[in-house]
Amino acid sequence: MSEGIGAPVKRKEDKRFTTGKGKYTDDIRMENQAYAAFVRSPHAHAKVTNIDTSAAEAMDGVVAVLNGAELTGDGIGNIICGWAISSKDGSPMNMGAWSALATDTVRYTGDAVAVVIADSKAQARAAAEVVNVSYDVLPVAANIEAAIASGAPQIHENAPGNVIYDWEIGEKDATDAAIAGAAHVTEMDITNNRLAPNPMETRAAIATFDESDDHYTLYTTSQNPHVARLVLSAFYAVAPENKLRVIAPDVGGGFGSKIYIYPEEIVCLWASMKTKRSIKWTSDRSEAFLTDAHGRDHITKAKMGFDADGKIVGFKVSTKANFGAYMSLFSSAVPTYLYATLLSGTYNIPNIYCEVLAVYSNTNPVDAYRGAGRPEASYVVERMVETAAREMGKDPAELRRQNFVREFPHQTPVIMNYDSGDFEGNLDQAMAAADWNGFSARKAEAAARGKMRGIGMACYIEACGIAPSAAVGSLGAGVGLWESAEVRVNPVGTIEVLTGSHSHGQGHETTFAQVVAERFGVPLDSINIVHGDTDKVQFGMGTYGSRSGPVGLSAIVKACDKVEVKVRKIAAHLLECNEDELTIGDSQVKVEGTNKALGWHEVGLAAYTAHNLPADMEPGLKEGAFYDPENFTFPMGCFIAEVEVDPETGTTEIIKFVASDDFGVIINPMIVEGQVHGGIAQGIGQAMLEEVIYDDNGQQLSGSYMDYTMPRADDLPSFVVEHHNTRCTTNPLGIKGCGEAGAIGTPPAIINAITDAIGDNSLSMPATPSKVWALIQSSGAKIAAE
Amino acid sequence: MHNTKYHKAGSAADAASLLSGADDGTVLAGGQTLIPTMKARLAAPSDLVDVSCASDMRGISVSGNTVTIGAAMTHAEVAGSSEVRAICPAICDLASNIGDPAVRNRGTLGGSVANNDPAADYPAAMLALGATIKTNTRDIAADDFFTGMFDTALDEGEIITSVSFTAPSKGAYAKFPNPASRYAMCGVFVASTDAGVRVAVTGAGSDGVFRAGDMEAALGSDFSASALDGATVDAGDMLSDLHGDGVYRANLVKVMAKRAVTAAG
Repeated sequence: MSEGIGAPVKRKEDKRFTTGKGKYTDDIRMENQAYAAFVRSPHAHAKVTNIDTSAAEAMDGVVAVLNGAELTGDGIGNIICGWAISSKDGSPMNMGAWSALATDTVRYTGDAVAVVIADSKAQARAAAEVVNVSYDVLPVAANIEAAIASGAPQIHENAPGNVIYDWEIGEKDATDAAIAGAAHVTEMDITNNRLAPNPMETRAAIATFDESDDHYTLYTTSQNPHVARLVLSAFYAVAPENKLRVIAPDVGGGFGSKIYIYPEEIVCLWASMKTKRSIKWTSDRSEAFLTDAHGRDHITKAKMGFDADGKIVGFKVSTKANFGAYMSLFSSAVPTYLYATLLSGTYNIPNIYCEVLAVYSNTNPVDAYRGAGRPEASYVVERMVETAAREMGKDPAELRRQNFVREFPHQTPVIMNYDSGDFEGNLDQAMAAADWNGFSARKAEAAARGKMRGIGMACYIEACGIAPSAAVGSLGAGVGLWESAEVRVNPVGTIEVLTGSHSHGQGHETTFAQVVAERFGVPLDSINIVHGDTDKVQFGMGTYGSRSGPVGLSAIVKACDKVEVKVRKIAAHLLECNEDELTIGDSQVKVEGTNKALGWHEVGLAAYTAHNLPADMEPGLKEGAFYDPENFTFPMGCFIAEVEVDPETGTTEIIKFVASDDFGVIINPMIVEGQVHGGIAQGIGQAMLEEVIYDDNGQQLSGSYMDYTMPRADDLPSFVVEHHNTRCTTNPLGIKGCGEAGAIGTPPAIINAITDAIGDNSLSMPATPSKVWALIQSSGAKIAAE
Repeated sequence: MHNTKYHKAGSAADAASLLSGADDGTVLAGGQTLIPTMKARLAAPSDLVDVSCASDMRGISVSGNTVTIGAAMTHAEVAGSSEVRAICPAICDLASNIGDPAVRNRGTLGGSVANNDPAADYPAAMLALGATIKTNTRDIAADDFFTGMFDTALDEGEIITSVSFTAPSKGAYAKFPNPASRYAMCGVFVASTDAGVRVAVTGAGSDGVFRAGDMEAALGSDFSASALDGATVDAGDMLSDLHGDGVYRANLVKVMAKRAVTAAG
């Protein structure tokens, strides 16, 4: 049917978003509302010796000035990382204490030391400026090298040498032996640049304490309100879960940065209890740069060995990952189980070994950002394979074909078990769309115009729908990674679907409804998707890691299965037939081959009037389900970029960008295309534009859009988006997930293209004009016509 | 933003008197730099004197080869002036590439020149065109006006009312935008007049807008891009930041100068 699976239905939520009627956290006004402004450290590392609040307290409108000693004195717990990773020697990770307001030491510029509560935002800010904090400035380690250098300043007492863990996966000896015996070994130093997440809506919170009931309500910009409530309750001891309601209303993008529970939300809740006022805080963009968890920031040494035919025999990777000043909620999992487990790429690699050194530094905390570990893995694998092809004089597409996984299921040496795919099919589709074979003529034509033209590909694979719960639990996860759903058929036949997934731009209100509309043959408009409120929706795990399709929708399907069972029983009873004679569709339940039928709404009404139900059947028509996936899903694809570099300025123009993805079954191709576009834009941002840069004192030099280069429309070409899909075999709908793919496959495709153009494989991201120009100068690259 | 008192001036004289009566007042033109700075709490003037509607600071006149543009004229108005475009298209093109439409509809020529941001576009045009900066008290030659990064010859309380210049026989502006801010990372304005060739560079220099004397000499005898093949730019005199070091900017000065010459025809 036209509104069901596969239909490019326009997004139901866009009416309110495009008419300015979305309801975001900052749009919410409470009675008796006051504003929080945070006093933040200007130093990247310092002892706090005194906080003088007298001037601030005397200012107009100031309600309270609160500090870390009071916070911890009230029993508010430290912020935790929820995934335990052990080092090679079996020792647990070294998690340093993180208080929502620093008590004695600040560890990055932006670390909050106090909060001012005032009647207006302006009054709160003005007073925050006159809180006089005395600091003893300490030496700073503002990057990985500085943090692990001998004599580096110690950032947390319990993390000697600033090492959080020294983890490994795979078989070291076997991998070393395979590489030692290889006919060709490619070695590279690869960095993955630090990114600021930059969702369009900055973080915000408004907390209300109801003294009459000892109950808290928190509106906040969260991708996972139940997880927020759990952590706020169980670890930060703000309130028991039954006394805490967390609502994530409309949320304007997250990209991972709104998974975590940050100091500001905790402080707003606590301050609402202290002051008996609703406390509102909305980050401005400068504060977002200073306090949002950043992404990526790896330094890697990699070796890949090939036999004489070009088959990969071993892959060894040594990565150092910057965690920033504190361990954010899922930080530890990102450079380990979300990274190293994808180092087999789309290839059959018999031996893989990876070690990861996790390091504290005096910078923002680093955690998951669109792709989370998988872009870093994809970048390492695809830069290595491309460079190896160039070193061995092999066609890069042929080298990939030669090593592709072709039989499924495929067990890699690094945990993952790929269920499905046709990697060569995506490669062929992308090469055809890119007119790969016509490239040399285009290169010659560009050279005649004084331009260096290059082409590059990347065959990424990633893992979505992180799961199953028992498996991630055995790997250290503090939570299960299932999803929940409840499907409520109302007495008039309309349907509410309560999902534990959270939509912050993904279009769930449309895609989820499409699945249910198809399932029950009812109109899309008769279905509402309810999410984002812990008082409305049963416990759910939220949205990240492209899990809402493969996991969240699977839970909805499971609940629909249960609803259908009851619908059939009721209809069979009323229509006096067998359940298996019934068909459901076209807004009715019909006895096959007859004109006997009940309207869908009549079944709902029968369930709720309960005047004539089968014996022993409970009234009502609503069912819940929890779905725990049996495996990750594995979206993959082939991206091809074609670029032209202006050798005079180093400017790169993307001439063409082709994406051929395998996302399994697609619910709404229009929304999926939008996800791919956004992901590619972010991938191009990482590859060519974006980088968070700190100076040696830990000051963020790229703390605004004057210096942090967000991708703009004129930085981007028109994308060619194609699909060559194979069904996922491990979930009921066959979905693989699409939210992160663009950000994962794009950076290596772009860098492979630019390095092809300039003939220098050492290029690092972002490929800014100045960097590309300097490489052209140093390598003396010439514009080649062939 | 801190509290501030807003005044709307009807004329330059009105503005001067409002300013002199303020504790720590400042002129507000288009506000495209000042307002964000105030919002970031980095500036907190006691009074804002808005000159955007000051009648004697508005308007464009072209008389023979002489162009006079009111200081309160927005970038969009300059970009869209058919009179100016007819005899000096380079300055219209320059104005049409400042910022984005919102900036161009508020930002003014006078504000840009008075602020003398080292990456602003207009200072390069004023210097290359040998413009006269007219204020409420005097006329100042562009060569004397731009005295270093964010620094000008303006006295306390002095207000730019208009600028005037002689349209060049050939002129063009070539800009390499900063990838993030889109301000000039290097912008070169070349102007050829009866008095010779002037080349002014913004965005790249370590002390703001400057004239490239060697290039002027080379172009004076041969107004062609190839005349600049042998030109050298001292990287030590260039800005160096996270977007590019002095060596890169020195290269850009030469490349953009050549492109400007080519565009000037």
